[in-house]
Amino acid sequence: MTDAFTSDAPPPRELLRRAGTFIAARLIVFIAKLLTGVRAVWSGTAPVADQTLYFANHSSHGDFVLLWATLPPDLRSLTRPVAGQDYWLASKARRFIGQDVFNALMIRRDGSGDGPNPVDQMVQALQSGDSLIMFPEGTRNTGEEVMLPLKSGLFHIARACPQVRLVPVWIENLKRVLPKGQLIPVPLACSVRYGAPIALAEGEDKAAFLARAQQAMLDLRPEHDKEEASAS
Amino acid sequence: MSPTLHLFAGVAGVLILASAVGALLKWRVAHGAPHAVIDNLNARVNTWWVMVAVIGLAFAFGKGGVIVLFYLISFYALREFMSLTYTRRGDHLAMAAAFYIALPVQYFLVWIEWYGMFAIFIPVEVFLILPILSALGGDTKRFLERTSKVQWGLMVCVFCISHVPALLTLHIPGFEGGNLLLIAFLVIVVQGSDVLQYVWGKLLGRRKVAPELSPSKTWEGLVGGVASATLLGAALWWATPFTPWQAALMAFMICVMGFFGGLVMSAIKRDRGVKDWGTMIEGHGGMLDRLDSVIFAAPIYFHALRYWWVP
Repeated sequence: MTDAFTSDAPPPRELLRRAGTFIAARLIVFIAKLLTGVRAVWSGTAPVADQTLYFANHSSHGDFVLLWATLPPDLRSLTRPVAGQDYWLASKARRFIGQDVFNALMIRRDGSGDGPNPVDQMVQALQSGDSLIMFPEGTRNTGEEVMLPLKSGLFHIARACPQVRLVPVWIENLKRVLPKGQLIPVPLACSVRYGAPIALAEGEDKAAFLARAQQAMLDLRPEHDKEEASAS
Repeated sequence: MSPTLHLFAGVAGVLILASAVGALLKWRVAHGAPHAVIDNLNARVNTWWVMVAVIGLAFAFGKGGVIVLFYLISFYALREFMSLTYTRRGDHLAMAAAFYIALPVQYFLVWIEWYGMFAIFIPVEVFLILPILSALGGDTKRFLERTSKVQWGLMVCVFCISHVPALLTLHIPGFEGGNLLLIAFLVIVVQGSDVLQYVWGKLLGRRKVAPELSPSKTWEGLVGGVASATLLGAALWWATPFTPWQAALMAFMICVMGFFGGLVMSAIKRDRGVKDWGTMIEGHGGMLDRLDSVIFAAPIYFHALRYWWVP
């Protein structure tokens, strides 16, 4: 694995690995689509090849798979998920899926001072031309609330990379497919809803921007979900 | 030519006519430009071609094909229903049981023709087991509402729909080997009634039957559609074990139940604030949008047949 980038011509093992990642990617997307019948809803924006940061609600480890599966195939290879290394590097299988298949940008979430700062890592990836999928809540929302409060990372990225399109995304229903602590997924229909890009306004402060970003995500929910949330 | 092939030839003839009319409208009225009503009409007709082809394929495989087809239909219907239903984490086991146990077992019971169990499995056994599973979830918030909704989803999407393939298990003296025609009769009458109500409603519709439930249903459409679909059913008597009068009565009953089925399913959609159950069938909405009338007609039709024609 480690010598993969040192030789010029790909050795047979490297070719095998690439074939493996290609098949694994197709398989994961196929299973995700089969289980959830996921469909993309684009409102206020269209899938374009411009550099984009997709920021979505986070309730399941499958969130970025679903988002990735609804992107047109040519955009998928340009788009990397941002993933917590404590989970995605914890076993060989997860490392293969996270690092090799999805080319995820691994970040630390424990907040300790060691290693690179996650926001710097994301800014760096964006400056080198990648599109990213990130979850501004910072961690999975497994409780009753509709969303957790947003972390400030999104604001710092918006300030550092004003050229990047910031597209809000709402992932519907996936939380119900496999709630925390359950083993059997239930085949409920999911959708991934993409909204109009937002941008940091002149002189806008952190709290105002994050509130606007969160509202942009919440506004993408289907009507019946909004009513349910206000009723309960 | 067998009666089944006659029926398919007739349906294909109607669809060719519908496609021709659709193309003519697109050319003469819309002048090839986008036109909401005409484009929707054409999308519906195209989808009908696909649906007739799928039913034809299932018929070609006989009982197994029909059971697999309706198993899949039930699965997609149940998925649409559950996706739009309010549930909580505590209902997860109950929902898993609905998808992975209740659904396959019900169709297995059709396959082995165990009528006694088929008729009570979901209304009795599953009805008791699901709330037990939800109670084990330990969450009492809106409990009765949640368990009722999961049960209702199963009744509508699995129990009622499974009565269509169950028509193959009826042994009607003098009609052996013709049971696919019982399904064809039901499907043609019920879907014919939907289409004819739509056509009569578009042509003459003025007074709404239930404006708060379904803005598109009118008295003119209802009366015209049910009357013409009843005549259609009577005209198909030669493919059934019925006399022309019996065929008309059966068709009338199917149409009326189908109409009210559509009304009830609309009420649920309105309650949930959605216009369609899903998006899987181009021009029609979801699986349940196309099946709402079959769901209410099938069990009544099945039991009428079983009571009066099976000794």
